[in-house]
Amino acid sequence: MATAVANSVELLQGNTACARAAIAAGCRFFAGYPISPSSEIAEKMARLLPAAGGKFIQMEDEIASLAACIGASLAGMKAMTATSGPGFSLMQEHIGYAAYTEVPCVIVNVMRGGPSTGLPTSPSQGDVMQARWGTHGDHPSIALAAASPREFYELTVRAFNLAERLRTPVTVLADEVVAHMYEKVDMAPLAQLPIENRKRPNGAPGKHLPYAAGEDGVPAMAPFGDGYRYHVTGLAHDERGYPTQNPAVIASTQRRLHDKIERQRHDIVQFETVDCDDADVVVFAYGIVSSAARQTIRMARAQGIRAGLFRAITLWPFPAEAISALAKQVGRIVVAEMNLGQMVGEVERAARSTKCIETCLKADGETISPEEILTKLTAGRTAHV
Amino acid sequence: MFDFRDYLRLDMFPHILCPGCGHGIVLNAMLRAIHSLGLKKDEVMVISGIGCSSRLSGYVDFNTLHTTHGRPLAFATGIKLARPELNVIVITGDGDGLSIGGNHLIHAARRNLAMTCLLLNNEIYGMTGGQFAPTTTPGKLSTTSPQGQSERTFDSCRLAEAAGATFVARGITYEPMALEKLVAAALQHDGFSFVEILSDCPEFFGRFNRVGSPSDMLFTQKQHTLDAKAAAALPPERRKGKLLTGILYQETSASYSTTGAQNGGGRIRPDMQE
Repeated sequence: MATAVANSVELLQGNTACARAAIAAGCRFFAGYPISPSSEIAEKMARLLPAAGGKFIQMEDEIASLAACIGASLAGMKAMTATSGPGFSLMQEHIGYAAYTEVPCVIVNVMRGGPSTGLPTSPSQGDVMQARWGTHGDHPSIALAAASPREFYELTVRAFNLAERLRTPVTVLADEVVAHMYEKVDMAPLAQLPIENRKRPNGAPGKHLPYAAGEDGVPAMAPFGDGYRYHVTGLAHDERGYPTQNPAVIASTQRRLHDKIERQRHDIVQFETVDCDDADVVVFAYGIVSSAARQTIRMARAQGIRAGLFRAITLWPFPAEAISALAKQVGRIVVAEMNLGQMVGEVERAARSTKCIETCLKADGETISPEEILTKLTAGRTAHV
Repeated sequence: MFDFRDYLRLDMFPHILCPGCGHGIVLNAMLRAIHSLGLKKDEVMVISGIGCSSRLSGYVDFNTLHTTHGRPLAFATGIKLARPELNVIVITGDGDGLSIGGNHLIHAARRNLAMTCLLLNNEIYGMTGGQFAPTTTPGKLSTTSPQGQSERTFDSCRLAEAAGATFVARGITYEPMALEKLVAAALQHDGFSFVEILSDCPEFFGRFNRVGSPSDMLFTQKQHTLDAKAAAALPPERRKGKLLTGILYQETSASYSTTGAQNGGGRIRPDMQE
C-alpha cells in the first residue's frame, strides 16, 4: 500500500533549500561569484530573486560580492552571499567590516577540501575555525552548521533572523555533501518559521545617533535614503559613527559588540543530544559527520556500548556550558570532524581537560563513515579497560 | 546661495588633510556641483575607500559610507541596486581605485550602473607616508622608489573608457570652476561616469621630488595638461606629452537597469526552464 505523502513534501537539494529559505526569510539581494560546491545557491537565487522583486548580481569576485551585500543591507535590503573555501578566505576582510559597522548579512560557506584550491567538489569541515577567527581583530562571531538539506533551510532562515536581530554578519556552514544531497522535506512546518526584521529608529532623523544602543546593545538601524543621514566607517567610531581614537569609546564599543551576542548566548546556542543520559562515551559531531555519528551510536548500543551523540548546531558561540556539563557526566568524548582537529580544541577548553577527549579525524575529501567512528569508540574502550 | 557650511559636518572638524593638499578643492567643487543641480542631501550617497581622498566622505552631510581599501565601487553597486533613487558618488584615490581596487573599477565601468566615480590622483600613497602608486610618473621619488619609480603607469581615463565607462572626463584642481562643471555633468550622466582629478600632495610627492610650493604644483598641472577641445585644433607636436582635460568620452547607451530588467524582468527563457 502506497504511503500517503503530504502535498507540501518536496525533494530538495541542500543548496536549493538554502536559496528557498533565503527568499522565505525576506532576502531580496544576492551577490555572488561562481565557485564549487556552492554555485547552485547563486543559480537558484538568479531564478528566484527577480520574480520575488529582489536583485541578483554576479560580481567580479567574492570580495566585491560581500561588499555589495553590505551596501544593499545598508540601503535596507536583507542580503546574502554564498561561497566555498577560497571565496570565504577572500571575504574575511568584509566579514570584519560588517561586524564592526554592524551591518546584518548572511554568508553561506559550503565547505570543500582545502587548503588552497584543494578539493573543489569534495566535502570538508576545514573552515570552522576560520568562521570564528578568519578576519583580523577582535570581533564577535555567529556560525551555524547544517547537517541536512532540511536543516540547511532552517539555519538559513535562522541566520537571517540572528543577523537582523543582532546587526551582525552570520555564517552558515554546510559542506559539499549537505549541499548536493537530496532529501524529502515537508515544507509546511518550514513555512511557519518566524521571520525577524531589524529594529528601526523611532526618533527624528536630525537627532539620530546611528551607534547608540539600548539595553540589548543593538543600535536601531535606518536604511540609507530614508532621511537619516549618517556616517558609517570601518575605523573605530563613536555613537555618531565618527572616527575616534578615544580609548574609552573604543573599549566600550568593543565590549558592546561582544556583549550583544553574549547576552543572547542561550538563545543563539543550539545543539541536539541523543542518548546522552546514560552514556559512558559521547560522540561530539556537527554537520554531515553528525549523521554518520547518529548511526554509530545505534551500532554501538547494539554491541552493548552505552554511546550518545552531542550534535552542535551552533558552532559559534561555542556550546561551552553544555560540553562542560557533559564532560563531568561521561567518561569519554570522541570528537569526530572532517579536518585535522579544529573544534576539538574548543571541546577540550570547555571540558577543562584533555584526558577524556579523543578524536576521529579525517581530511582526505571523504566523509567519515559510521564504522570509522565506531572503531574509535571500541578501540578507546579497550585501551581504557 | 551656496554656502559650503550647509554641506559639511563641521562637528567632525578639524579634518586630516595636510596644508596645501588639493583634495579640499575637489571637495569644494563637488559640493558646488551638487548644489548647482539642486540635489537634496537625503538623496546623495557618498561612498569612499581608504586613503586621504577617501576621508572626504566623513566630512559631508549626506548619507556617507567609508568602506575598505579599494572596494567602494563594489559597496556602491549594492547600494545603487537596492536604492536606485540615490545619487551615488564614489570618491577614490589613485592607489585605492587603480591598484587594490582596479578590478572593481573596470567591472563597474563595464556594467555601466548609473553612478559617478571621482578618482583623485595625486601620484602617491599619502595616508601611509608617500609610497609610489600605479600613477607615479617614472623616475619620480617616493619612499618605496628611492632610486626613482621604474614602472609604467596607468592612464585611468583610457582604462575606464576601454572598460566601458560611458562618461569619461579629467579635471584639475588648478581649474576649480571647470572641475565643478565636469562633476555636475558626470552627476547628470545616466550611466557610469568617471572623472579623474589631478590633485596634488605637497607633503610627500612635492617634498620628495622638490617640485616647489603647493601653488607651484598647481601651475605644473596647467603646464602638463591641455583642454581636449582646444587640443583638437592643435598640431600633434603641441599635444605631445600633455594630458587632456574636459569631457574625453561620452556615449548614450542604456545604463545597467536597477529595475530587474537585466534579469529579463524575471522571465526565465524557455531553454532554461527547470
